[in-house]
Amino acid sequence: MRRLGPALLLMAPAVVMVGLLFVYPLLVSLAFAFRNEATGAWDLANFNKAFALYGSDIALTAGVTVLSTALVGVFAIAIAGYLTLGENPRAVSALRWIYRWPLFIPFVVAAQLMRTFLAKNGMLNNALMSLGVVDPLHAISLLDWRGVVVTFVWKQLPFAALLISGAMASMDRSMIESARGLGAGRFRILLEIVVPQVQSTVMVALILSFVTMLSALSVPMMLVAGSPTMLTVDMAWRVNSYGDYGVANALGFVSFAMSGVAAWFYLRQGIRDGGKPR
Amino acid sequence: MSLSTSHLPLPPLHPYAFRLPPAVGGIFRGLLIGLLAVAIFGPLLNMLIWTVAEAWYFPAKLPVRWGFAFWTKVFRPEAGAMQALTTSLVIAVLTVLLSLAVAIPAGYALSKRDLPLRSLFLLFFLLPQAFPTIAVHLNIARIFYGLGLTGTIPGVMLVHAIQGLVFAVWIASATFAAIGTEQVEAARNLGASPLRAFMTVSLPLAAPGLMASAIFVFLISLDEFSGTFFVGVPNVRTLPLTMLNAALEGNYQIASITALLLLVPSVLFMLFVERFLKADVLSGVGK
Repeated sequence: MRRLGPALLLMAPAVVMVGLLFVYPLLVSLAFAFRNEATGAWDLANFNKAFALYGSDIALTAGVTVLSTALVGVFAIAIAGYLTLGENPRAVSALRWIYRWPLFIPFVVAAQLMRTFLAKNGMLNNALMSLGVVDPLHAISLLDWRGVVVTFVWKQLPFAALLISGAMASMDRSMIESARGLGAGRFRILLEIVVPQVQSTVMVALILSFVTMLSALSVPMMLVAGSPTMLTVDMAWRVNSYGDYGVANALGFVSFAMSGVAAWFYLRQGIRDGGKPR
Repeated sequence: MSLSTSHLPLPPLHPYAFRLPPAVGGIFRGLLIGLLAVAIFGPLLNMLIWTVAEAWYFPAKLPVRWGFAFWTKVFRPEAGAMQALTTSLVIAVLTVLLSLAVAIPAGYALSKRDLPLRSLFLLFFLLPQAFPTIAVHLNIARIFYGLGLTGTIPGVMLVHAIQGLVFAVWIASATFAAIGTEQVEAARNLGASPLRAFMTVSLPLAAPGLMASAIFVFLISLDEFSGTFFVGVPNVRTLPLTMLNAALEGNYQIASITALLLLVPSVLFMLFVERFLKADVLSGVGK
């Protein structure tokens, strides 16, 4: 066994940095959610106010992030599955080239792209009108929660598909081959053999996506006008307009709780599988 | 896929297997991939058109007047975009230097698989990515205000570095782990001190992986929004904040041109990431 001492010394600057710049503000945020600035007491006043004012936004945030995460999961498994099991090499390499483009595109840029693409006079409506699917009078702007879902999925799908296809590629292929030999269809092989083996990677990819979506401030700020909107916008609003850190921290507590629920699902999965989560 | 393949002998079908005729399957596959391509590239194309649209009104499907008038507007000094670009680049470079300075020793320590509590430390560095960040950024801004760090470049740099640190540490750790120990041991046997062996053997061998992590951190800093939004006010205006303002003012052209400036480095990195990060390093990230 290596000694911990010298290694700790090497890691110290990084550990101190995360401690001071992340863990400490995180704990401050959690604690001050319960601080009643008016009376100086520690109580649930901030939460009462947060739920009264932003109850519908909390529900919207939960709904949008869960829906986006689910869509990312379905599409990412479909893409990764085709990359792993596809039999047409040209189609596989075309897909591999296409799906990754949004990978490193920043959220704020993705939001701007969607602002023009999904607007009433955007390319999406223009294309649908040209195809005769939508007539100009009924063109609708998707710039509300639907736009947020589209942007989240567009942006996070490559990340999840990359992780999942990586896990699928390093999987033992003998089971796939034998199932194929027995005549199982590709769809069945994907759902019954491949996905169960990469389950933990799927969970990690989806939880990281979920948390990333919960943190995105620029996307709802740019795509949603007025209310209801996402919690990140409400937090920024509380602080910038009222200097009200109490309610902002209470809303922050709610979003920590949402990601905590996601992490709990992941850990429970790991325990049920009988091993430590990977 | 063309119909001409249908006269080739087909593989024997299991009686229960359901298969589409090859031609139908080919069209279906082509349609799905085409649809994905439209979904991915449509928004990008729409933005590119906006960068060269001088006038574009509803219900015109394409701009009424094309041209680069808005480009000259963006690059005029008083527009602030060039200033923002410079600020963004300065902060990104400083963030990379700080992140690498703390991540290289930490990554080196974590590259030893027999380190006690190793996975605990790896998870600790993941914390900033495992929690929603807005509430944390609010409180960092509040703490920094007391320290006089809000609205300063060092303040923004610190917030960016914390977002990039997990990637810097994990990639550095995977890179050092992939080097192996033989060459370092050879140098040590020839009488080199541990520090000298590290500087002359490990560090040069790790350079490509460290380069990748530097680029990664650079991009994270360039694209960072919410930390800058809270900590940078009122003086530090990076490119993403400039873009947001242009977009909220309804200036689609300026917003699209700024978006393009932010997008080019990201797309380039996506296209070449595999050159920098070899598969053996990539598969060891976070392990």
